[in-house]
Amino acid sequence: MLYEESQSSATRRTLTASALLLRRLHLDGPLLASLAAVVAFGLFVLYSAAGENLGLWLNQVERLALALVAMLVLAQVPPPWLRRASPLLYGAGIVLLVAVAVHGTVGNGAQRWLDLRIVRFQPSEIMKLGVPMMCAWYVHERPLPPSLRDALVLLLIIAVPAWLIARQPDLGTALLVASAGVLVVLLAGLSTIVIVLGLAALGGAVPVAWHFMHAYQRQRVLMFLDPAQDPLGAGYHSIQSQIAIGSGGVFGKGWMNGSQAQLEFLPERSTDFIFAVIGEELGLLGQLFLVGLYLTVIGRALYLASEAQDTYARLVCGSFALTFFVYAFVNTGMVSGILPVVGVPLPLVSYGGTAMVTLLASFGVLMSLNRHRKLVGA
Amino acid sequence: MRRTVRIKDHWGEQRLFVGRTIFFGIAAAVLMLVVLGRLFVLQVLRHEYYADLSQGNRVRREALPPDRGLIYDRDGKVMAENTPAYQLELIPEQVADVPGTLRRLAAVGLIEPEQVAPLERLIRTGRKFEAVPLRLSLSDEAIATFAVRQYEFPGVEIQTRLARWYPYGTAGAHALGYVAAISEDDLRRIDPDQYAGSLLIGKIGLESAYEQELHGTAGYRQVLVNAQGRRVERLGSAAVKLDTRQPRAGNDLFLGLDMRVQRVAEEALAGRRGAVVAIEPDTGNVVALVSVPTFDPNKFTRGISGREFATLRDDIDRPLFNRALRGTYPPGSTVKPMMALAGLEYAVIDPNALRYCHGYFTLPGSSRHYRDWKKEGHGAVDMRKAIATSCDVYFYGLAELLGIDRINNAMTALGFGRGTGLDIGGERPGLMPTPAWKMETYKQAWYPGETVIVGIGQGYLLATPMQLAHAAAIIAARGRNVRPRLVTGVRDAATGTLRKLAPVFDAPVELKDPANWDVVIEGMERVTEAGGTAVVATRGAPYRIAAKTGTAQVFSLGQNEKYSEQNVSERLRDHALFIAFAPADAPRLAVAVLVENGGHGSSAAAPVARRVFDAYLLGKYDAAPVPVPVPVPVPVPVPAGE
Repeated sequence: MLYEESQSSATRRTLTASALLLRRLHLDGPLLASLAAVVAFGLFVLYSAAGENLGLWLNQVERLALALVAMLVLAQVPPPWLRRASPLLYGAGIVLLVAVAVHGTVGNGAQRWLDLRIVRFQPSEIMKLGVPMMCAWYVHERPLPPSLRDALVLLLIIAVPAWLIARQPDLGTALLVASAGVLVVLLAGLSTIVIVLGLAALGGAVPVAWHFMHAYQRQRVLMFLDPAQDPLGAGYHSIQSQIAIGSGGVFGKGWMNGSQAQLEFLPERSTDFIFAVIGEELGLLGQLFLVGLYLTVIGRALYLASEAQDTYARLVCGSFALTFFVYAFVNTGMVSGILPVVGVPLPLVSYGGTAMVTLLASFGVLMSLNRHRKLVGA
Repeated sequence: MRRTVRIKDHWGEQRLFVGRTIFFGIAAAVLMLVVLGRLFVLQVLRHEYYADLSQGNRVRREALPPDRGLIYDRDGKVMAENTPAYQLELIPEQVADVPGTLRRLAAVGLIEPEQVAPLERLIRTGRKFEAVPLRLSLSDEAIATFAVRQYEFPGVEIQTRLARWYPYGTAGAHALGYVAAISEDDLRRIDPDQYAGSLLIGKIGLESAYEQELHGTAGYRQVLVNAQGRRVERLGSAAVKLDTRQPRAGNDLFLGLDMRVQRVAEEALAGRRGAVVAIEPDTGNVVALVSVPTFDPNKFTRGISGREFATLRDDIDRPLFNRALRGTYPPGSTVKPMMALAGLEYAVIDPNALRYCHGYFTLPGSSRHYRDWKKEGHGAVDMRKAIATSCDVYFYGLAELLGIDRINNAMTALGFGRGTGLDIGGERPGLMPTPAWKMETYKQAWYPGETVIVGIGQGYLLATPMQLAHAAAIIAARGRNVRPRLVTGVRDAATGTLRKLAPVFDAPVELKDPANWDVVIEGMERVTEAGGTAVVATRGAPYRIAAKTGTAQVFSLGQNEKYSEQNVSERLRDHALFIAFAPADAPRLAVAVLVENGGHGSSAAAPVARRVFDAYLLGKYDAAPVPVPVPVPVPVPVPAGE
C-alpha cells in the first residue's frame, strides 16, 4: 500500500525506495533507526570517555562496522534455518565453554577467552544467542504453556552454560545468559505458580550461591550494601560513579568536561561505567535521552516479537528484546548505585567489541525472524 | 497429532505471549523508572553534595609558605634573613634507573654515599611525578660539578628556594638560635595548615621563642589534579575557578642586642669556654648574649649532615650548649654584694663595724676551718673593704648571722633560684638551696656549715650567667627589677609599622633604708680601685666601674690540701666570674662574665667585662672591626669544628 499511493513526488519516491531497500534487506526501519541513534550517541560519548585515546575510539568504530555486518548477514538468513541451527549453536557453545575451561587463556584475571589464532573470542558470547534460541527451539516443538517437566528440562538447558560461564568467573555474562533463557520460559507462559515457586527456590539458593562465590564477587556484593566501608578499595567504583552522576546535575558539565571522567577519578570510564560519564557530562537530560532511546528499541522489539508468526520467532524476539533491557537496567542500576557492581556493559555504548557484535547479531536474528514473512503486508 | 494440537492452540499461544509481553514491557518500564528516580535523586536532589565531592576530588590546595620575618640588631643590621639556596632534586618518573643515578651522584660527591639507601627508599614510596630533594643546599662548587655533568643525570635538577641565612655566622648564634627541618615533635605542636609548604621551623633561641611572629601566615593556591594527584591544566570552558590566597610574611624582630658589642665580647672570650651577658638596667635590653664556643647556625638551615651534627654534639667543649642561659655555676664571691645587702636589710651587721680576718673562720663548737682565699687573712675589715678585697671570713660570719632562710629570701628577691623571664626562654633556674630542698633531695638535715659556704657563693648554690647579670642590673638600678629581653620591637610585615615593646618590670627589691644600696655599691666600686681585687683590669677606664670578682671551685679540696693550678687538670680548675656595672654613678650597662676553668675572676673574667664596657660606653670596637655583612647567595659550608 505504501508504494501504490506514493509515486507523486521525488521525496516520496526516495522514501519508497528506502522502504523497499529495507524490505529487501529484511530490516525493520524504526528499530534500525533507534539502534543507529543509540550507537551514534554511544560513539559521541565514548569519544569523550576515551580521553585523548583516539585509537580506542577508532577501534570501537571498527568493531561497530563488524557488528553491523553481522546484523545484516543474520537478517538475511531464513527463519527456518535459524530455528534448525539453534541446537547446533547451543551444542557448539557448550563444547567451546568446556574447551575454555580446559584450555582458555586468562584475561583480566578470568578465564574467558578462547584463542583461535585468528581471533580471540569469548564462547560465552555465543551463548547469549545460543541459550534463548535453544530454549525457544525446545518450546516451539511443544504445546504452550510448558509443562513442569518441560520447565525442568529448560532449566537444565539454561543452568549448564550459565554455570560454566559463572565459574570462569564472569558473573555478569552468566547473569545475562541465564536471564535470556529464563525470559524465553517466562514468555512461553510458564504458569505463575511455578514462577513463584521458582523465585522461592532462588531465594533459598542465595546462601548456597554465597558459599560458591569468589572472594571478589562477595566483596562486590558487600560493597554494594555499604560502599563507604572501603572508599578507596572495592567501594571506590561505586562512590566515584555516584559522585560523577550527582555532580553532573540536570544539564551536565558539558561534553569532554567531566572532571570525574577526564581526571581519571572514575574507573572503567569507557567500559562498564560509561553511563556515569554521560551523567556527569550531559547531565540528567543526556541520560534521559539515552534511556528514552533504549525504551524505544525495547518497545519496538517487543512489538515486533508480538507480531511474529510462530512461537519460535516470538520467543526468541521477546527474549532478545528483554535481554537488551536487562543489559540496560543492570548497567544503569549498578552505575547509579542501586545494584551491585557486576560486569555488565551499557549496551551499544560501552567500549568493547564482543558485546556490541553479539547485541547487533541478536537484533539481526530478530529482524530476520520478523521480516521474512510469508504473507505480504500490503 | 502434535501438529493438530499446535494449530489448535495457535491463537491461544499468541494471546498468552502478548499478555506476557505486555506484562514484561510494563515491568521493564517500571524498573527503568526506578533507575530514573535514582538519577533524579543523585542529580537533582543531592546535586550540590556530589558537586562538592567532585570539586574536592579534583581541586587540591597547594600551600604557599610565607617568608620568614627578619631579625635586626639595635642598629638595624640584619642578623637573620632569607636568601636563595640551591637544592638538588630528582623527579622519579623521569629517571630510568634510580639506584644507578643515586650511586653515580654519590660517586661525583653530590650526595653522601650513606644517603643512597635512605633516598632510594624515600623515592620508592613517593609519587612518581613529585620531586624528591636530594640535597638541601649546594655550594658553588657542587653547582659547577653538577652543571658540567647534568646531561648524565636526566630527571635530576637544581631548584631554588629561600633558606634562612645568618650573615654573622657564629656570632650571636646562641641568642638567635636557628631554624631546621620540621621534626615529628614539631608536627605535634603546630598547625599543619600553616606549615604545609614550610621546610624549616625555629628550634631554639629567638627563632623558636618568636616562631609565631616570624613564621607569618601561610597562603594557598588551588590547583587542578587528576586521580593520581598529578597537577593538570584545563583550559577554556573546562577551566574551574581556582582560588589563591597570598601568604603573609612573618613579622620582623628588632633586638636590643648590639652586634658590635656582641662580637667584641665573643672575641674577648675566643679560645675559651664561657659566657657574657650584658643588660641595660633601665630597659632590660640584652646588649650581648655570648656563649663560647659557638656554632654556625647556617649549618642547620641548609640541612646539617649527621656527621656534622655529631661533631657539634660530641665536641668536648659543647658548642651547642648555651652557657649563658643553661650553664649553672657556683657564683662564688660574686654573691658577696648580695649577702651584704641581706645583712644590711635584716640589720644583722653594722657596715662600718670592723671584723677581724685572720685567714680562717670557725663555727662555734666546731674545729672545722673555713679558709679565706688569702691565707694570712685580711686583718680588720668593714663591709666595704670586705667586698673590695673579697674577704671570705667576713662573709662566712655574715652568712652565719643571717641564717639560710634570710639568705634565701634576699637571694630569691634578687632573682636566684628561678629564671629571669628572658623572652627567649630556655633558662635554667639554677639552685637556691634551702633546708626544705635539701631534705627533699637528699633526705638530710641542713648543716650550719652549709650556710657558711653559701655566704661566699659555694656549696649547693648555683646560678646562670644570665641570673648574675640580672642581679647586677638590679643592684645597679637600686632595686628596680627589669626583666631581661632580647626583642625590643616587632615590625608588622603587612603594614610596616614598628610596634615598640615597653620594658617589663618585676617586683622591685625594696630596702627599708635605701642608703644601704650606697654601702654595697661603694664596696663594689672599691673593687676596681687601689686595693680592690679587680684593679688591674679596670685601670685607665674613663668611667667608674662597680664590680665584684668571683672564683668558683669546681673541685673540692680536702681540709689540709692547697689548691694549685699546676696540680689540677685544666678542666678542674676554678671558674672565673665577674659581675659589674658602669658608670658606677649612673649605670647604663650591667655585665656578668663567666670563664670556665679560667682561674681567677680578676685576671680571666674582668678584662672581658672591661672590653664590653669600652665597646658599649666608648664605642671602642677596634679589637673586632665589624665587617659589612655581605649576604652570600650560596654559602660555602664552614668546615666542621671551626
